[in-house]
Amino acid sequence: MIAIIDYGMGNIHSVKKALELYGAKTKVSNNPREISSCRKIILPGVGAFGEAAQELEKQGLAALIKDEIKNRKPFLGICLGMQLLFEKSEEANKCPGLGIIRGEVKKFPVSDLKVPHMGWNQLKQEIDSCPLLKGIAGGSYVYFCHSYYPQPKEAAVVAATTGYGMNFASIVWQDNVYGAQFHPEKSQGVGLKMLENFVNLC
Amino acid sequence: MLTKRIIPCLDIKDGRVVKGVKFLGLKDAGDPVSVAKLYDAQAADELTFLDITASVEKRKTLLELVERIAQNIFMPFTVGGGIADLTDIRNLLNAGAEKVSINTQAVKFPELIQDASRKFGSQCIVLAIDAKKTPKTWEVFINGGRTPTGLDALEWAKKGAQAGAGEILLTSMDYDGTRDGYDLDLTEAICKAVNIPVIASGGAGKLEHFYDCFSRTGAQAALAASLFHYGEYTIKQVKSYLKEKGIPVRL
Repeated sequence: MIAIIDYGMGNIHSVKKALELYGAKTKVSNNPREISSCRKIILPGVGAFGEAAQELEKQGLAALIKDEIKNRKPFLGICLGMQLLFEKSEEANKCPGLGIIRGEVKKFPVSDLKVPHMGWNQLKQEIDSCPLLKGIAGGSYVYFCHSYYPQPKEAAVVAATTGYGMNFASIVWQDNVYGAQFHPEKSQGVGLKMLENFVNLC
Repeated sequence: MLTKRIIPCLDIKDGRVVKGVKFLGLKDAGDPVSVAKLYDAQAADELTFLDITASVEKRKTLLELVERIAQNIFMPFTVGGGIADLTDIRNLLNAGAEKVSINTQAVKFPELIQDASRKFGSQCIVLAIDAKKTPKTWEVFINGGRTPTGLDALEWAKKGAQAGAGEILLTSMDYDGTRDGYDLDLTEAICKAVNIPVIASGGAGKLEHFYDCFSRTGAQAALAASLFHYGEYTIKQVKSYLKEKGIPVRL
């Protein structure tokens, strides 16, 4: 059973359906007991960092997520759900993130490039062995829709990067924790393959 | 490299596709999910659904439809039409829309864009602008192009971007339906005025029009309806053509 944390921040239907395509049973929930009874956890998220961080705290989910990650449960954060794994974000200076991955979330600098970074862009794999990227060709396109990007402190957690003005971390991987800045559930075949890989993780 | 997007647009009424969509081999061309699946298979980059349902009671039909689309296609889509407040936006996003587009209500209640982008993030708030040429500039129209507002389209676009809109869906009322190509002057003027992505809309009739749009304006995406619905070109044909001409697209 894979828990999809529903804390009132955006789309869960596509994620749920995609996981079910690959035979996974899912549980959409904000109930800590239900979530911890699952073998894997996904934190989706669309919205603003500050509100999301507050919701996780308020609903008792922040502590739960930290515990479950410590217990080595496979965990996937998507888009805002990935950003929340970091210590803090320029989007909401007063609301700390979960602090599971060291580093911060920054706003794209003002330049000729349009912000949000919106649309289909490529993945450059930085680590060969990332289980999430198994069977996915370098240079594959995935769908992005964000104004802030993660900047991990340790380069070792960067599994893939994407170029938009600079190269930013589009997939992070730290032990049992995975984060995707794009939306695998909206990235057609390539994204579905990643979710399939997550389903098949031991 | 970030690619240029090709976006088919579907008009929805009472949960059904309107404006006869004529596809070969499609059992039910009125079912938005069937049409969405077909565009998904053609490598469309996004879909836009414009709900033209008049009555408020029918909003539930729309939410059920959005949920069904999200469960059946794994690509981003935007829903617009009749969005009144933050509750409408939240419901659509939770039902599975990637973005919502707001037109009339943003003009009537300019704080809506700011409130919505603070609450849900800029990336999901699209400001839709219907613009018509005036002797010196372009004017914003609302209520499906029926009501002039006296607002200058460039000023309005800037204001919307400052308020937190994450994208502009720009429709040229002069070119819409003409099949003479996108309004390049209008599109470029808006692209220059704001630092958020702009989707050009209105006027696509030939492959060259897409190339002109991307080579002569800063538009990040081009939207078209009838061209695709009547099967004159598939999205793949448009994208292959663009790729040959050196425009970055995802194929």
